[in-house]
Amino acid sequence: MPVLRWIRRNLVVIAGLLTLAYMILPNIVVMVFSFNKPNGRFNYAWQRFSLDAWKDPCGVADLCGSLSLSLQIAFWATLGATALGTMIAFALVRYRFRARGAINSLIFLPMAMPEVVMAASLLTLFLNMGAQLGFWTVLIAHIMFCLSFVVTAVKARVMSMDPRLEEAARDLYAGPVQTFLRVTLPIAAPGIAAGALLAFALSFDDFIITNFNAGSTVTFPMFVWGSAQRGTPVQINVIGTAMFIMAISVVLVGQVIAARRKNNARP
Amino acid sequence: MSLTEAPPAPAPQPEEPRELKLRKPSTRKRLVPYWLLLPGILWLVVFFALPLVYQASTSVQTGSLEQGFEVTWHFQTYVDALREYYPQFIRSLLYAGTATILCLLLGYPLAYLIAFKAGRWRNLVLVLVIAPFFTSFLIRTLAWKTILADGGAVVDVLNTLHVLDVTSWLGWTESNRVLATPMAVVCGLTYNFLPFMILPLYTSLERIDGRLHEAAGDLYATPATTFRKVTFPLSMPGVVSGTLLTFIPASGDYVNAELLGSTDTKMVGSVIQSQFLRVLDYPTAAALSFILMAIVLLAVTFYIRRSGTEDLV
Repeated sequence: MPVLRWIRRNLVVIAGLLTLAYMILPNIVVMVFSFNKPNGRFNYAWQRFSLDAWKDPCGVADLCGSLSLSLQIAFWATLGATALGTMIAFALVRYRFRARGAINSLIFLPMAMPEVVMAASLLTLFLNMGAQLGFWTVLIAHIMFCLSFVVTAVKARVMSMDPRLEEAARDLYAGPVQTFLRVTLPIAAPGIAAGALLAFALSFDDFIITNFNAGSTVTFPMFVWGSAQRGTPVQINVIGTAMFIMAISVVLVGQVIAARRKNNARP
Repeated sequence: MSLTEAPPAPAPQPEEPRELKLRKPSTRKRLVPYWLLLPGILWLVVFFALPLVYQASTSVQTGSLEQGFEVTWHFQTYVDALREYYPQFIRSLLYAGTATILCLLLGYPLAYLIAFKAGRWRNLVLVLVIAPFFTSFLIRTLAWKTILADGGAVVDVLNTLHVLDVTSWLGWTESNRVLATPMAVVCGLTYNFLPFMILPLYTSLERIDGRLHEAAGDLYATPATTFRKVTFPLSMPGVVSGTLLTFIPASGDYVNAELLGSTDTKMVGSVIQSQFLRVLDYPTAAALSFILMAIVLLAVTFYIRRSGTEDLV
């Protein structure tokens, strides 16, 4: 049986592609249903083709407001977590000091804890302090949980850096600031960028911690959550599709640029 | 991705970068790491560690929202919470455990495919694994409602193949339904946390030297033996960190149970959420989340000990 033999030989590839299909399937469903015109409030069953939602993505009350709020929070959370996380990563890799182990555990713990526990405990802090829940509490929470991921990403990169490059810069009479800006930072940049990208994605998509600490502030995931009960507008699928396409194109463009650079550097 | 760090070791660690020390650093220079750490660590202490202390104190309080809460060292809350909500705890661990195993079974071939077989498609497949991170996971979870809908294609196929007869006999589904059953919740959990399994697996598989496979082949190992004796053991760090990255968030998740399940599939996350945000019974909610944290930390410690990789870098 040649067919059976072919299947046996390519079992891993087939299984892998099936998993990939399982992962992509919901994205395709989201895309297809962005062209739907549902009869009722819910967009779960296919009725007929329509471009209405694509023509008017902000046609639902609060949707684009929540989207822009989420983007703002993600932007500031990324900035904050990347700055603080990069500093911690450099300190941990480049310096020996006391309490290093304790600090490593403090960085690790937020990643090893169910989100709902962090969310609930942060809420008890805010309630005890009498803080007004809203933009600021969400931003504080997002910086908190993105921090560990940034540290991990940047640390991985800084660890693989050759300190002799910086020594060489110093030997060539570069000052500490100059060494940092012209040697250290460019080499660490991919790690910092990866950390920042991760922080942005995590913050933008976070639901559980936001759900606890947002009060009556509605971020985009909160809007989607609410609409799951009240009726989902097709526009949600439009935005989901647009985000998916944008993410893929950004990464692909990055790949192309990286490949170009490599080719240019070679000859 | 490093998941755990080794406990503070007295011996100098090998990954320490070499640094030429020509003269003794000045005091100002010695303080540099502390200044670098200060803002971030302060943030974590105030908004991560301190809240846990507040929560511990909340869990032993009694009172009501009108009269205010007071610390009375009322440990009974823990006993009551466990007695009332143990089904949700067991369910959470069961669902999260099943989803983790499924993630490993589904994710391993894909990670293997990316690491060894994808060739020039590697980056595209990686993008397809990561891209869902950038589409709201809530939207994608809602899409499963469409996919698993009653009378939909998936349910029809499973019905024709008599799969649903078996699964409903096992109690995973209800006659001819997938939505609002344990199977739907586990399917959603598996789906949502797959990237967290695939990426660490891929990272550790990618580090394996391809020549080891050739060497195993030269020594007359069949592909299956090569996998069992060479590839899989070397990918253990990825398996362990992938398992943790899947199991921990899955055990506290309530989104899948709420969107794809029914009242019979509620997980402990939903209970904590409704106690905190709807019932406003803060002591019970705090006790519940402390119990969850303890269970998860115990399970993780046990698992790391058993798998024998203390240092997962």
